[in-house]
Amino acid sequence: MSLKDKLTELHDRGLAEIKKSADLKDVNQVRVSLLGKKGPITEVLRGMRDLDAEERPKVGAFANEIRDDLTAALAKRREELENAVLNAKLANEAIDVTLPGTPVAKGEPHVIQQIIDQIEDLFLGMGYQVLSGPEVEEDKYNFEMMNLPKNHPARDMQDTFYITKEILMRTQTSPMQARTLETHDFSQGPLKMISPGVVYRRDTDDPTHSHQFHQVEGLVIDKHITMADLKGTLQVLAHELFGDKFDVRLRPSYFPFTEPSVEADITCFNCGGKGCKVCKNTGWIEVLGAGMVHPNVLRMAGVDPDVYGGFAFGVGPDRFAMLKYGVDDIRNFYLNDVRFLKQFTKKG
Amino acid sequence: MKISYNWIKEYLDLNVKPADLAEKIERTSVEVDDVIKPSDGLKKIVVGHVLSVEAHPDSDHLHICQVDVGEDEPLQIVCGAPNIAKDQKVIVALPGSRIADNVKIKKSKMRGVPSAGMICALQEIGFPEDVVPKAYADGIYVMPADATPGDAVYDYLGMNDSLIDLDVTPNRGDMLSLYGTLHDLSAIYDLPVKFDQPAVKETGAAIADQLTVHADAALAPQYRMRLVKQVKLAPSPMWLQIRLWNAGYRPINNVVDITNYIMLKYGQPLHAFDYDKFSGQDVYVRTAKAGEKLTTLDEGEHDLDDHDIVIADDQKPIALAGVMGGLDTAIADGTVTVAIEAAVFEHDHIRKAAQRHNLHTDASQRFERGVNQAGVQEALDAAAEMMTDLAGGEVQAGTVVATDNVPAPAVITITMSHINAVLGTELSQDQVTHILTTLGCEVTADGETLTVTVPVRRNDIHIPADLLEEIARIYSYDELPATLPTGRMTMGELTTAQKLMRATRHSLEGLGLNQAISYALTTEDKAKMFMMQASETTKLAWPMSVDHAVLRMNIITGLLDDIAYNSARKVKDVALYEQGRVFYREDGVDRPNEQEHIAGAITGTLLPTAWDLPAQPVDFYQVKGIVAAYLKDMAVNGDVTYVANHDMPEMHPGRTADILVHGHRIGFMGQVHPTIAKQFKIGATYVFELNLQAIIDMPKQENQYDVISRYPAITRDVAMLVDDDITNEQIVALIEKRGGAFLQSVKLFDVYDGVKVPKGKKSLAYTLTYQDKHATLVDDAVTQAFEKVEKRLQDDLGAEIR
Repeated sequence: MSLKDKLTELHDRGLAEIKKSADLKDVNQVRVSLLGKKGPITEVLRGMRDLDAEERPKVGAFANEIRDDLTAALAKRREELENAVLNAKLANEAIDVTLPGTPVAKGEPHVIQQIIDQIEDLFLGMGYQVLSGPEVEEDKYNFEMMNLPKNHPARDMQDTFYITKEILMRTQTSPMQARTLETHDFSQGPLKMISPGVVYRRDTDDPTHSHQFHQVEGLVIDKHITMADLKGTLQVLAHELFGDKFDVRLRPSYFPFTEPSVEADITCFNCGGKGCKVCKNTGWIEVLGAGMVHPNVLRMAGVDPDVYGGFAFGVGPDRFAMLKYGVDDIRNFYLNDVRFLKQFTKKG
Repeated sequence: MKISYNWIKEYLDLNVKPADLAEKIERTSVEVDDVIKPSDGLKKIVVGHVLSVEAHPDSDHLHICQVDVGEDEPLQIVCGAPNIAKDQKVIVALPGSRIADNVKIKKSKMRGVPSAGMICALQEIGFPEDVVPKAYADGIYVMPADATPGDAVYDYLGMNDSLIDLDVTPNRGDMLSLYGTLHDLSAIYDLPVKFDQPAVKETGAAIADQLTVHADAALAPQYRMRLVKQVKLAPSPMWLQIRLWNAGYRPINNVVDITNYIMLKYGQPLHAFDYDKFSGQDVYVRTAKAGEKLTTLDEGEHDLDDHDIVIADDQKPIALAGVMGGLDTAIADGTVTVAIEAAVFEHDHIRKAAQRHNLHTDASQRFERGVNQAGVQEALDAAAEMMTDLAGGEVQAGTVVATDNVPAPAVITITMSHINAVLGTELSQDQVTHILTTLGCEVTADGETLTVTVPVRRNDIHIPADLLEEIARIYSYDELPATLPTGRMTMGELTTAQKLMRATRHSLEGLGLNQAISYALTTEDKAKMFMMQASETTKLAWPMSVDHAVLRMNIITGLLDDIAYNSARKVKDVALYEQGRVFYREDGVDRPNEQEHIAGAITGTLLPTAWDLPAQPVDFYQVKGIVAAYLKDMAVNGDVTYVANHDMPEMHPGRTADILVHGHRIGFMGQVHPTIAKQFKIGATYVFELNLQAIIDMPKQENQYDVISRYPAITRDVAMLVDDDITNEQIVALIEKRGGAFLQSVKLFDVYDGVKVPKGKKSLAYTLTYQDKHATLVDDAVTQAFEKVEKRLQDDLGAEIR
């Protein structure tokens, strides 16, 4: 048998042994037995010195080839076996991924707060300031400067919690109109503000009445503000809160502090304007009051109504939330049942 | 006010359905509450002729009636009404019919006798109790004798009319009448209206010899009376009764019905007195004298004072002016001479009188809002005319007039450019002039300046802005363009305080608390609990209930109410926070200061119990962790310390701490006193409340970068036994003070006071971390520093190092 034949045979036998090895220990033994210093390849190579000088490099090259081949086969087998071990281990570690995740502490903003924040962000983007006013107000700001002198019949529209004859729980956020008009410096630019806050009415709490609720007042005063601007602004608000499909319509109404005064209706959520029980078959739902600021209000606050004018609106986040989510009882907002609070979790 | 569609159609050639008319009114004038057709929902209700009435053999009140309903055979119907009688025309609900409230009528037996249908009272076919004529209030209704058996009853009773219920805003008093509504509709539809012209036949003697009226123009700018003699009281004709009950009024007799009818038609309240019951021939409009009394038509007794305007004869008040007439001079059986009053009363007095006496009548409502002051005589004449036509009355010649102050019409100038500038429109002068003219205004133009004379009946129009509303609504708000304000730019930005309040909410939500919004008005007891500073209470003058009578001076009680509400509904794990105001008031000052606070309350477990998370009931340290994390988020500048407070009456004396920033108390936290928890009917609850305004006002730390050392840190642990009254804070303070230059942090890792330590002692263990930011620390240096600290702990705090 020539050396070359021996090597070939060793090669074939080696590959077979490698293939047979069952674990890493086997692989190691095979490696030592084949390639070790006392292994058959080394032994075969030792017989090279008997060869012709011409043959020697050829056989040497062949022997190296065989050795590299076996080394690669060993490495490959080792990797296979290592992977198998790892896979077996991982398989053992499998868990039920459908078990619930560990609870984390996570609180939610109140649904009314979410609506107020949404309104604030919209108007901040349009260059409005956000102002907050006192909840305990003077009769002067709550009524008189809003063009509701004492004994004005419209005072009956909103029953008031009085503290003294002149001090009361504000019935509306409108007094912030008077307060800001009094202080605003028009040389610094137009007045554009919203004022969210809590208001109070002398009502008995029931599903549709609450003695405490929220309002967001809006006011824009400059030299060239139109009623069309009011309509457009309310449209933007309706689209922001409810979606682009919602349309706004204005109807005449009466507020002592605006003239003209309007109520704004939006397309009924429930039926999309076709007419249903919720909208009393009109296709529209009343959502807010607005109008062009009454000249008396401007005048009383020291603003010249012949130069400046503009619009005001007042929206009720409670009513918005009730409409938007179909909340059937306004008291839900103030009783803070966690099961209620946790329903409004959508962010962004 | 319910206005009749059919009545409108008598004057206006309208070609729209009632629902469309109602929508148009709502879009253009005033809100519409409802449109009702009284016959809607009713079925098979017909006129019946009672042929015979026999007593039921087994009943002392039922009758067996044979009723002709226009069919071949009469129906046998058992009827229990006391007023059933032979030959009456009645309302019959046939078998298979539907009456009010969707009740179905079937053939049945009543005490053994078959009954095919039902003879109905008006209430049973949907009439409200308060409009049913008194004669038929407790029995069946008797139809006019000429009604045809078998005909549906609806047309006989006016039930096929549509009634549009207007919700009239306070400024539109003119819409509280048919004529006012017609004027508006005339403009809306651009159609002419033909109004009636009253024609009084004055057949009697001169009124001036029989009656004199006296009035103060400040109380009654107009006061007029007519006198009608030989009046024959009787029920009104059907058409008039229908008008009244459809508008919500009970027909009474022809004279009273006429006054109500005229009010509905003209908006002018009238009052009819029995002239023969006057003491003397003089009638006075004056303020009441202290001690005077009046019994009104509704038999209510009223003590009067000098705020009340009364109508009086020589002796005493006979009516509360503009509100309600007196019982003594009321139209009643035997009345033959009627004095009709038509007046304008000063609205403030009327409003106050209606409130004071709790008598809000249709008359007072109209006087409060203002009646058509140019139409008082016309309404009076129309009433007198009807008294002749319907009651055979003899109208005495002339009208007695005490005051006759008709205001001058408002004249307003307005320019076309102003109109278009405010509305954002491009209306032409012709369009505007046409709109104003259809509303009854006179318009003259000088270039683009319009001079507008407003009819007196529109007492809500005084200034150019009022005209803008008229123009805009008749032009239609739908036609307005929708634009956004233009002009100088403005910045929209939250203030620092607003940003911090938002950050506060986000921080606490991130820490697991849900935002609550509770009532700021509470009971006096709750308002005064958990107080952070001394304050007077602020009370409502007239609360609706004791539960909401006093302004809160803490947020916590509201949260405890919320927890109680949850707890009563078996929701045991509740974690809430609230950001809102408390109201502190100084003695002698009416208006409280409003201070922003932030508070939290947790009961049960903060984290829901789960398969991999055992229940961990909330405790002091968990809440402290939340407070600490929140204050860190707010970056308050200064050390935050917690000092035990044993003295807050509502808090657990051993588990409450004041929260101090840089030595200033900004709030407190701890466990609610078990007695208070019991009072609220809640379990163990931990709370905190902080003065948010103080946090807003405090200096803040800016975020800053600190180099992270490349050199390794070395740690040493120390465990020690100390007396129970030595606090963690004392130990940490001492370690920090004596720890040397390289001490980076001190961390408590174990607390033990169980059986393995002597009584009165506790074991605490800390990890001290040393690091040099600029070099590798030498072990010896650390050991030296550490030993120094150990010695100090032994010497200063009596610690026994273990």
